[in-house]
Amino acid sequence: MSEQGCFHCGLTMTKNEEVNFDEKKFCCNGCKTVYEIFSLHNLTSYYDFEKSPGATPQDIQGKYDFLENETILSKVLEFQEGKTAIVSLNIPYIHCSSCIWILENLNKIQPGINISQVNFPEKTVRITFDSEIVSLKTIVYMLSSIGYEPYISLENYETGKNNVNRTLTYKLGVAFFCFGNIMLLSFPEYFEIKEFWLDNYKPFFRALILILSLPSFLYSASGYYVSAYKSIKAKMLNIDIPIALGIIVMFVRSTFDIAMDYGPGFFDSLTGLVFFMLLGKMFQIKTYSFLSFERDFKSYFPIAVTRINPNASEESVPVYDIIKGDRLIIRNQELIPVDGILMSEKAEIDYSFVTGEAVPITKKSGDKVFAGGKQIGKVIEMEVLHSVSQSYLTQLWSNEIFQKNVQQKHKTITDAISRYFTPILLLIAFTGFGYWIFMDANTAFNVFTAVLIVACPCALALTAPFTFGNILRILGKQKLYLKNALVIEQLAKVDTIVFDKTGTITTNKKATINYEGSAISAENHILIKNVLRASNHPLSRMLYDFLQEAEKIKTDDFQEITGKGIQGSVANKVIRIGSSEFVEAPIFETSEIEKTSLHIRIDSMYYGRFVFRNQYRDGLEKLFLSLSKKYQIKVLSGDNDGERSNLEAILPKNTELIFNQKPEQKLEFIKRLQEKGQNVMMVGDGLNDAGALAQSNVGISISENVNVFSPACDAILDASEFSRLDYFLKLSHKSILIIKMSFALSLIYNVVGLSFAVTGNLLPLVAAIIMPLSTITIVSFVTLMSNYFSNRNLR
Amino acid sequence: MSVIYLLITVSIFVAIGFFIAFIIAVKSGQYDDDYTPSVRMLFDDETRITPKKNKSINEEKQI
Repeated sequence: MSEQGCFHCGLTMTKNEEVNFDEKKFCCNGCKTVYEIFSLHNLTSYYDFEKSPGATPQDIQGKYDFLENETILSKVLEFQEGKTAIVSLNIPYIHCSSCIWILENLNKIQPGINISQVNFPEKTVRITFDSEIVSLKTIVYMLSSIGYEPYISLENYETGKNNVNRTLTYKLGVAFFCFGNIMLLSFPEYFEIKEFWLDNYKPFFRALILILSLPSFLYSASGYYVSAYKSIKAKMLNIDIPIALGIIVMFVRSTFDIAMDYGPGFFDSLTGLVFFMLLGKMFQIKTYSFLSFERDFKSYFPIAVTRINPNASEESVPVYDIIKGDRLIIRNQELIPVDGILMSEKAEIDYSFVTGEAVPITKKSGDKVFAGGKQIGKVIEMEVLHSVSQSYLTQLWSNEIFQKNVQQKHKTITDAISRYFTPILLLIAFTGFGYWIFMDANTAFNVFTAVLIVACPCALALTAPFTFGNILRILGKQKLYLKNALVIEQLAKVDTIVFDKTGTITTNKKATINYEGSAISAENHILIKNVLRASNHPLSRMLYDFLQEAEKIKTDDFQEITGKGIQGSVANKVIRIGSSEFVEAPIFETSEIEKTSLHIRIDSMYYGRFVFRNQYRDGLEKLFLSLSKKYQIKVLSGDNDGERSNLEAILPKNTELIFNQKPEQKLEFIKRLQEKGQNVMMVGDGLNDAGALAQSNVGISISENVNVFSPACDAILDASEFSRLDYFLKLSHKSILIIKMSFALSLIYNVVGLSFAVTGNLLPLVAAIIMPLSTITIVSFVTLMSNYFSNRNLR
Repeated sequence: MSVIYLLITVSIFVAIGFFIAFIIAVKSGQYDDDYTPSVRMLFDDETRITPKKNKSINEEKQI
């Protein structure tokens, strides 16, 4: 039936719904309108870059009225002076080259916009506009009308201009500059030809080399001195100590050599070392700029809400200005920012951000509504009970786990090795010195410095960055996005895995639907499906997808009664679908009320109901079975234990199930496990897991749409890859193995180098050969190995 | 023979010139987004498909 996608958004559509315009087919009027806007402004080559790149515009009447408020406006704008204003808007929908093209041609649609520039990895567009001709609000509405609705949250309110840290790029540039020039200038020395011409210019070349090495030594390598100093102060030996020691000794000895005309020094090795190590650092930093791992409630909450003043006028106020007793208006699809009491008659609140449960909860007038819920349907009114920071959900963030900076809570594998490495190195250096001092003081100093130079653990220091950097990229391609490289090590250490239930091991996209009641004829199936088609309620959509394809019949008198159900007449039959109360169903046992169900009545005949159960993710059983062999598995749930028997049937016997857990309790649960000495990985999704995710050693957040929502965590996993969790864990173990193997390899180089050094034969040329050679072998070794393991485990 | 002093000095200065250009490029944010420009450079030709003399599209989009 649906053979061709919508020209604009690519959605498959059904014959009698499609809108024809300009010889193109559209799934709805929204998409058609966007096409019209584009063709009006001669921008239809939007459709040339990608096939059906667009999104259906959402109706957002009134949603951005707060952008008229001056204080809010000044917080959102990045720059404003005179009539020129600059704003950076985050648009999660940006996904292809068409998006870039259309957003950079905004000036053709909206007069007043001067320049718009897209940053694709960050999914932002930076717009420079003339605030006298066009307001930010107009721009936002215009963007929404073409399907690129910007995402403005409370986060925008607080962060000022964030300065990008480009120090590493500068350092790398400086290091490369010095390295390259010094290499060129030291080239003649490598041949050591006693030639008049070369001898004549030796001092000049050497002086130049010395000067050129200064920026690299003083600026590029400065991070290592600081880190070494810090670790000595903290009385722990990290890898940066031998590095810093090596670099300094190398510099001093080389300067001495040149000053006394003993030889050319080791400046080529020195600058090369600094450059390669910085390169490793750069490689390790792979950021997914479009993802944020630091999100808290601020990224979800709106920047402003509509308040009703005592004189009945409406006003947009910043969320932080809301106080107890205020009356707020929450529109369709808006988030409730504070706890309060519902004043309107009915509300349908979707708590999926909080719990992961997609089915909206119906609230009646006088019920408490909690911050984090999203209103679906009509406009509601509520009275505020707590301010933002004191609300049920946001209180979680006052927990200390969110306050302290937990960056250095783990010891890395490199540091663990260097705890042995540094003392042994110093021992060898002093032994060599002690041995030679009785024969020749000059050689003794040479040996001492040579040991420190050649043992400078360049290869050792490069191993972890390159392995982790590569694994990070491999995982990223497979839709597990890690916050940084350290997470891989943590993954390998995990021994206990805690899963959240709703939204994590269950999916909220699908549900298992069972029918209970008297049989429905094929004809009636068609009728039901046709009524459902008109409804946008998640349950209706799920049931609609569940029922078989049916021919389309026109539905008359369609009504959607919020919190109750839907009603419509098809082929002269009145069909009611909804709650038992709504369809006047004969009462079922009370214990069953907990279940989510849709009751069906056609004309005066009651048929039965469709019962919705959580659908567990594909491959869950297999995943848990294989995980349970190596890990302790626990499942935490915020729900009641209605699902217990179901879960116990699916999951391995030794899985611990805990129900009725509040967000704080989840956090405490993880903490208790850690106090018992376990390394806990938490897998969760909603904001209510945020505390547990932060407390755990590794917090993985499952997300149906990685671009949009995920609470603060260490890693974000695309929900479609959930069943491959054990593969990811296996790969993390393999990467530790790779690192250990490569440590062994780099130690061999060190032994070879040391044997030159201790015997007093370390020529600059030998150092210049060993250093890059070891670097190249290590880098290619870890890259090949990590690719090999990731491919082998794919099967 | 002493021309070598001159040549080396000149070459160092040329290198420093490029180095400064690199610093300026980083500072102005050219290295912050390494993906979008690669797509953007393909666009200017495409806009010719819809001939309409809007303001010059080719104007430098910087910062």
